[in-house]
Amino acid sequence: MQDSQATTSQATVQVTTAEHEAHNPALVHQFADAEQQKNAASLGMWLFLVTEIMFFGGMFCAYLIYRLKYFNAFAAGSQSLAIKWGAINTAVLIVSSVTVVLAIYAIRFGRKKLTVAFLVVTVLLGFVFLGIKSIEYTDKFREHHVPGANFHFTENFDDNGKQIPVNPNEVQLFFSLYFAMTGMHALHMIIGISLMSTLAVLTWRGHYSAEYYTPLENAGLYWHLVDIIWIYLFPLLYLISRHT
Amino acid sequence: MSNEHGTSVKTYLIIGATLLVLTVATTLIAFVNLGPFNPVVALTIATIKALLVILFFMHVKGASEKLTGVVVASGFFFLAILLTLSLSDYLTRSWW
Amino acid sequence: MASIGIPANQAPKLNYLNNGHSLKSWLLTTDHKRIALLYLISVTVFFFLGGFFAMLIRLELLTPQGDLMQADTYNKVFTMHGMIMVFFFLIPVVPAVLGNFLVPLMIGAKDLAFPRINLLSWYLYITGGMIFLHCMLTGGVDTGWTFYTPFSTDYTNTKIVEAGLAIFLAGFSSIFTGLNFIVTIHRMRAPGLTWDRLPLFIWANYATSLVMILGTPVIAITIVLVAVERLFHLGIFDPRLGGDPLLFQHLFWFYSHPAVYIMILPSMGVISELIACFARKRVFGYKFVALSSVAIAVFGFLVWAHHMFVAGISLYAAMIFSFLSFSVGVPSAVKVFNWTATLYKGSISYATPMLYAFGFIGLFTIGGLTGLMLATIGIDVHVTDTYFVVAHFHYVMVGGVLMGYLGGLHFWWPKMTGRMYPEAWAKLSALLVFVGFNLTFFPQFILGYVGMPRRYWQYPPEFQALNVLSTAGASILAVGYLLPMIYFVWSLRYGAIADANPWAAAGLEWKTTSPPPTFNFDETPVVTWEAYNYDEIPHKERRAPVAG
Repeated sequence: MQDSQATTSQATVQVTTAEHEAHNPALVHQFADAEQQKNAASLGMWLFLVTEIMFFGGMFCAYLIYRLKYFNAFAAGSQSLAIKWGAINTAVLIVSSVTVVLAIYAIRFGRKKLTVAFLVVTVLLGFVFLGIKSIEYTDKFREHHVPGANFHFTENFDDNGKQIPVNPNEVQLFFSLYFAMTGMHALHMIIGISLMSTLAVLTWRGHYSAEYYTPLENAGLYWHLVDIIWIYLFPLLYLISRHT
Repeated sequence: MSNEHGTSVKTYLIIGATLLVLTVATTLIAFVNLGPFNPVVALTIATIKALLVILFFMHVKGASEKLTGVVVASGFFFLAILLTLSLSDYLTRSWW
Repeated sequence: MASIGIPANQAPKLNYLNNGHSLKSWLLTTDHKRIALLYLISVTVFFFLGGFFAMLIRLELLTPQGDLMQADTYNKVFTMHGMIMVFFFLIPVVPAVLGNFLVPLMIGAKDLAFPRINLLSWYLYITGGMIFLHCMLTGGVDTGWTFYTPFSTDYTNTKIVEAGLAIFLAGFSSIFTGLNFIVTIHRMRAPGLTWDRLPLFIWANYATSLVMILGTPVIAITIVLVAVERLFHLGIFDPRLGGDPLLFQHLFWFYSHPAVYIMILPSMGVISELIACFARKRVFGYKFVALSSVAIAVFGFLVWAHHMFVAGISLYAAMIFSFLSFSVGVPSAVKVFNWTATLYKGSISYATPMLYAFGFIGLFTIGGLTGLMLATIGIDVHVTDTYFVVAHFHYVMVGGVLMGYLGGLHFWWPKMTGRMYPEAWAKLSALLVFVGFNLTFFPQFILGYVGMPRRYWQYPPEFQALNVLSTAGASILAVGYLLPMIYFVWSLRYGAIADANPWAAAGLEWKTTSPPPTFNFDETPVVTWEAYNYDEIPHKERRAPVAG
């Protein structure tokens, strides 16, 4: 475990500016050195990601239970989703994760402009993702597959050519979870896009360097987790019983 | 907690390409009738993809401390508890 | 090991209290000690608000008829009491007040890892609290603090979404506090302070923080799902669509059971500190007590459906959860045995904090044992949703958590404020709390066992005598809680000035001045001793608290 070897003595409660100048300007007073601060920030971010896993996990739990009970209805609902958009979106997020790691790679060598470029591409890919989701949502709205008073589902579950009728109420449960889970995911994408845009601006303005790029690393961790959540959402929502 | 040695650009691109290939694979396999194994294969591929992101993009492999891996694993472990123990109710109900 | 020899009459040097007097220096502080005081004031306000609703409940239950208020109003009253006490008092109180103040001090750090996030935690709590107050003043909620579906999603016309938002924000306050503690304890221990030298209060807060991180997000998503169902009719819990109301209960209790361990674990940490100091002994079985905190945190996640035995889960699930619930009692029992063993051949003194510690051990044991009774399916079928359950959880929450908090507050008051509280009044209050508590809640075990349901605003006349006893006890308890309010405030101006270590206690927090300077230590301590090294502190240095 980390042991801080602080030897700085403080004569009074006011830390003198001379002491501050001796350290990285980004070092805050409660830490003994930059490495301790970076490791603390990293651990903090990982703990936050654990809360995100548990947060989405509640919805995965609901999904798992209802899929087991209402398999046919869930399959019918899944079959009405546009698999091509789901697959393209998965690819978009994977590429965006690559651009994020490359952005951090670049800043470790002090290549600020390259870092900004990769961050901007990441943001653009994020917008592509959201754009495709809005196409999908609009389609669902037009097909009356949005849960609520206007919900209307008439398709059957196509099981290898055999048409099995399904209870529209149970399909509505599928779509409730579809919108809840992808909606919550999209909200996290928006947060991720805001974070990356802000960091791109700050990098451009010279706030980060090869010595200090912790916020970029931690925002990258967040982005990757949002990608991982989609990696699970795609097969669970789009790929139920596609073999027809 | 971060990977001080640095993964190379080549590694990142290979992992990225692998992830894309796995995405194509899972999409195509979904159209093959494997009976009850379709969801198993799909989730296995998803887990492999997630592990690649966690180990290489999030630098858990080669992290300076075991603590990182423990934190990640505990997140998924407690989610597994939520899922499994809830299922212990739903799967044993005779009326459900 | 001697305390820093600061004479009691020396003019106070610059400390965290007088380092800046403006409102801004308090409201925008990042000093963990000031944030702890901000929390102290806010949780106390919510405690008395929750107590006000408790008073209304006990007044209504003086008579068998529902004569003080309408049934619907009564539903709102017990809901408000429960939600305020659980979400705005019990869950934050020990970590946010005592934990925030002490964790950096006990490990020799200058502050927590993320001081600004600490301040954000407090603002999230306050915002949630304000929203909840607004909700309460504009009609409140009537579902019980457990807001079960489909009543909460469909049938009630009270302000569920607003209350849910308030609790959601308070939950994030909790998450950020836990995150801060885990990182601080991992990364910022003083040189030489290895894990096996940490005070048990730190182990307790660490374990609590694990629960906060892993559990709270699940109730957050549950609240979101309830809100979404209520607002947009996405019927995930709606039986008419094939939804299962029990899914709500699974998700709700997955957090809310570990939540009770968020409440009790830090309080148990306090008790370890108090017992060691006032028995002048190392805590018996330090490693077992430390690891039992982590065990309770982990096992606490495996037992939630014991709240659902009669709700409609399968019998097999009920048996699994019953068995797991028995096992979670084991680490708690380990603590009680070890505290008792610590007392054996100790030099025991009876200052107020120790009185609260004794009270805790007895009352928590009763609460815990009745918890095991409730974990037994056969008994639970009989007493579930009766006053037996109400008595059980008040024994652990009030007899446990609150007694630990009050003991800790008295113990560390001189460190936090530089003043001693008046010991005679404090002892009297402790006695009133103990007597009042037992008189309030012991009759409720009997009431529940003979069949009085909870959350009912009227009852058969044969239950009246016990209810009157309970209400009488509550009025004594109220006095016991009001007195410390008065004398603590009094002590700020008139209390005896305390020196750095009035209890001659072990622990790094006692090695700095009372109150501490803003950055805690003039020099970062280097630790070369085990925790609770009371055998190295001579007996003659054990001074009685400064009389006041």
